Amino acid sequence: MASTIVIPIEWYLWLSATLFSLGVLGVLFRRNAIVILMSVELMLNAVNLLLAAFSSYHADPNGQVFVFFIMAVAAAEVAVGLAILIMIYRNTKTTDVDFLNKLKW
Amino acid sequence: MTITHILFLVLSVVAVLSAAIVVLNSNPVRNVLLLIVCFFSIAGHYVLLNAQFLAAVHVIVYAGAIMVLFLFVIMLLNLNKESEPHKPAWEKIIAVIAGGIFFVTLVGALKGTDVIVRNASGTSLGDSGIPSPEIGLVESLGKVLFSDFLVPFELSSILFLGAMVGAVMLGKKNIK
Repeated sequence: MASTIVIPIEWYLWLSATLFSLGVLGVLFRRNAIVILMSVELMLNAVNLLLAAFSSYHADPNGQVFVFFIMAVAAAEVAVGLAILIMIYRNTKTTDVDFLNKLKW
Repeated sequence: MTITHILFLVLSVVAVLSAAIVVLNSNPVRNVLLLIVCFFSIAGHYVLLNAQFLAAVHVIVYAGAIMVLFLFVIMLLNLNKESEPHKPAWEKIIAVIAGGIFFVTLVGALKGTDVIVRNASGTSLGDSGIPSPEIGLVESLGKVLFSDFLVPFELSSILFLGAMVGAVMLGKKNIK
């Protein structure tokens, strides 16, 4: 970066907080299980962005390695989650999470 | 206002707007496509942070693998706007209130914090410092990944094997 004036790290805090809140809102707002999984991805990405920002501003590569591991775990999580979702759809013909209330108290 | 700030603001607006549409729009295919837009703008943020390796991995893993998986599942399940389940209005209002309160809490908690930015040797970067350009390159990350984080790296391969076997087993039609 050629400029000497950098972006304040607080800007990344606000952006990440907004994206994370939107993810939380998506989990609460929607009933489609696929969209809920997508909102979880959004939350993971908000945290990843903040980790990368702090890692970059502290000149410490450990944070970026951590982001790399989070991406790996997220990929595994999505693969298993979508497989479960397909199984649920095959048995119930719906992706509505409110339909699956057998374990509800 | 430098070009970096303007780029940050543009990418932020794109990310937040596309994320908001993902949450509020009820067409699953459009949700996935806008989430890809959101992920690309986050990849742009990584480039702005001088985290080039993360930007490349982010595009490959998220836009290339995860979102294709989502699109395929939506195609297989034949989801569209008509089959989208809807919550009753009062539940939606409560969800918006709860999400808004969460956001306000987060902002309130973070607003008072004093963020100190120091580099590894303990000297403060201050306002004139720039994010180090070498940290995000494959060379420096690879050294850390294969020395300090070697065991977690190998364990993640076991995790992937487990996830792969699990996904195949779950996807099978009738498990004996």
